[in-house]
Amino acid sequence: MCSVHVFGGFLEWAFKTKLTDIISTVEFNHSGELLATGDKGGRVVIFQQEPESKNQPQCRGEYNVYSTFQSHEPEFDYLKSLEIEEKINKIRWLPQKNAAQFLLSTNDKTIKLWKISERDKRPEGYNLKEEDGRYRDPNTVTTLRVPVFRPMDLMVEASPRRVFANAHTYHINSISVNSDCETYLSADDLRINLWHLEITDRSFNIVDIKPANMEELTEVITAAEFHPNQCNTFVYSSSKGTIRLCDMRASALCDQHSKMFEEPEDPNNRSFFSEIISSISDVKFSHSGRYMMTRDYLSVKIWDLNMETRPVETYQVHEYLRSKLCSLYENDCIFDKFECCWNGNDSVVMTGSYNNFFRMFDRGYRQDVTLEASRENSKPRSVLKPRKVCTGGKRKKDEISVDSLDFNKKILHTAWHPLDNIIAVATTNNLYIFQDKLN
Amino acid sequence: MFPKGTKRKFSDSGEEPVPSGEQGQPAPSAAARTLSSSYSLQRQSLLDMSLIKLQLCHMLVEPNLCRSVLIANTVRQIQEEMTQDGTWQIMTQALAAAQCPADRLVATEVLCRQTDMAAQAGQSPKPFSVVGLEEGYHSEEVVMDGDGDTEVTMSTLSTVSPQLSSASYLPGPFGMGPCWEEEEEEGECEEDEEEDSEECVSEGEEADRDHLTGDSRTGEQVFGTFEIKHPAPPPDPALEELFSDVDASYYDLDTVLTGMQSAPKMGPYDLLESLSSHGPTALSSSTSCRSDLNELDHIMEIIVGS
Repeated sequence: MCSVHVFGGFLEWAFKTKLTDIISTVEFNHSGELLATGDKGGRVVIFQQEPESKNQPQCRGEYNVYSTFQSHEPEFDYLKSLEIEEKINKIRWLPQKNAAQFLLSTNDKTIKLWKISERDKRPEGYNLKEEDGRYRDPNTVTTLRVPVFRPMDLMVEASPRRVFANAHTYHINSISVNSDCETYLSADDLRINLWHLEITDRSFNIVDIKPANMEELTEVITAAEFHPNQCNTFVYSSSKGTIRLCDMRASALCDQHSKMFEEPEDPNNRSFFSEIISSISDVKFSHSGRYMMTRDYLSVKIWDLNMETRPVETYQVHEYLRSKLCSLYENDCIFDKFECCWNGNDSVVMTGSYNNFFRMFDRGYRQDVTLEASRENSKPRSVLKPRKVCTGGKRKKDEISVDSLDFNKKILHTAWHPLDNIIAVATTNNLYIFQDKLN
Repeated sequence: MFPKGTKRKFSDSGEEPVPSGEQGQPAPSAAARTLSSSYSLQRQSLLDMSLIKLQLCHMLVEPNLCRSVLIANTVRQIQEEMTQDGTWQIMTQALAAAQCPADRLVATEVLCRQTDMAAQAGQSPKPFSVVGLEEGYHSEEVVMDGDGDTEVTMSTLSTVSPQLSSASYLPGPFGMGPCWEEEEEEGECEEDEEEDSEECVSEGEEADRDHLTGDSRTGEQVFGTFEIKHPAPPPDPALEELFSDVDASYYDLDTVLTGMQSAPKMGPYDLLESLSSHGPTALSSSTSCRSDLNELDHIMEIIVGS
């Protein structure tokens, strides 16, 4: 890991434009060598980090496109006369076991396991086939030879190995691979299912919060994740701002939580929007497994798994929006689901905001910074300048006032390299990759 | 100051109906009066906004359940608070004052919808809320640039409860009824009110707009009246005057559904398309319907334009 002071300066390194479609998910694999993005059109694009070049030892390798494939297609539910969007909601990598890479990608209804493999050799010297594939007339064969493998240009193939379908009535919002590397969970608004990676025609329902009478529905599941080390433990968050930790050893159906994490509401801040802004949009365990982080509309909270009553740390992402909640409700921005992520050693957390801003919070040094992912405002290879939002009074130079924020430019998806200070930030159609300045 | 329709109702009827000579506990109306007017305004407009959001359809894709639940909870919260400070009762009475005939509309609506949904779904009617949600209750705004209001009239048409398991019960997106049932005090009256209010598509009065806000107490009536498919008044005086001239029969569900009956296989998606494109394909058999739709489209253009 590089320096602890992440804010020494983030350098804009590679700017990848994806003009085709809105990016809907970003995920590094376990080594950080591969970065997968999913988009609204059902496509997955995987970037690979180039090996460090000898010419520029101070610079890590660039990320270039490695593979592109169509993961999901739009479907039509004939029973309901509704389209099923092909938008990729989540991608999760499996830990690598052999030469091939595997990832799970999901849309609203169907999860697919993809195998991404490289081919850099091909057999040559067939007896019955010409090099171009045409068959030879057997009568012309006079000698026999053994075909050999010859190197060829690298070809990356993505093939669907499993399709896990028809298990979700509602929209899938999360998938999470278990630490046992054999099972994974998928969560929709009301249910969580447990799958075995090898078995596609069966899944176990482990959480079901659907009320017998749908008229009584007041709460939905918003995110779920397996514990990074304990294969029996998972958490799921709700639209009411609660997180439930469940132990699969306790019972087959984990409707009874083992722990429930909820912070009491601040009576001073009570409004009609209190519930909406308390809805948790993302939950992520720390790499250590000791903490978990939740993202609600205005803040990021770090919870110690041993303490259910309140978070141990709370970071305000954009508190200046609290007075604008009514407008944000009107334009639906209040329902935006921001994600959050940890850095490799759990010392820094990051999340997105509006105006193409994203925020980092250093837990140890109690510092935070606002940066902007925008081509106009920073030149490649330059250090990102911290941004500041002016919350009231006189606006200083270089500050931006709350009213000039562009709420259409939202950063919902961010990812942090598991081992290095490299981050991937997705704006609406563009993917930015930043690394911190070495030396 | 107040949202247009509601205010007129109140000012038209003068002071709140509770006699001023009441002793002891302050009358609900008095409490309402003492409530900060700007707070009431905000609360009212929030309620209106929430109801619109719940009604607007995402015609193509299933609605976002989380969003719908959160909005519905917000509505419930407002309704509870308004019930506590008595404002809800005032609106109830205001609504009761605006009685409308035309029972036939309910029947038509129900029948048309049942035919349509049955044709699509090919299944026997299920309780509304389950169907509404599992079959994708279209309670989310259509994703279109600009004015959400554009979609109000068109989209709300397809949010009608597909089945009415009980005659007068027209629940909201999740069938809010039971949640509010304990607050009912006038059980019998409500049934009548509900039917009446449902049918108040009518008469081009401001009373129609009041249905959004001047709903009777229960949640089912809130959503039931809203499903008359009348757009909520945007907080814009110019627009509101525009509406006052409009013949609300444009929003007559029956008119559009007449066209719908000729194309029973149309889903909500098709309905939206046919409305927005003057119904060249689906409604070809109903010329009167088409002219209504032309005018409807004209209205929509005005709304979007402003």
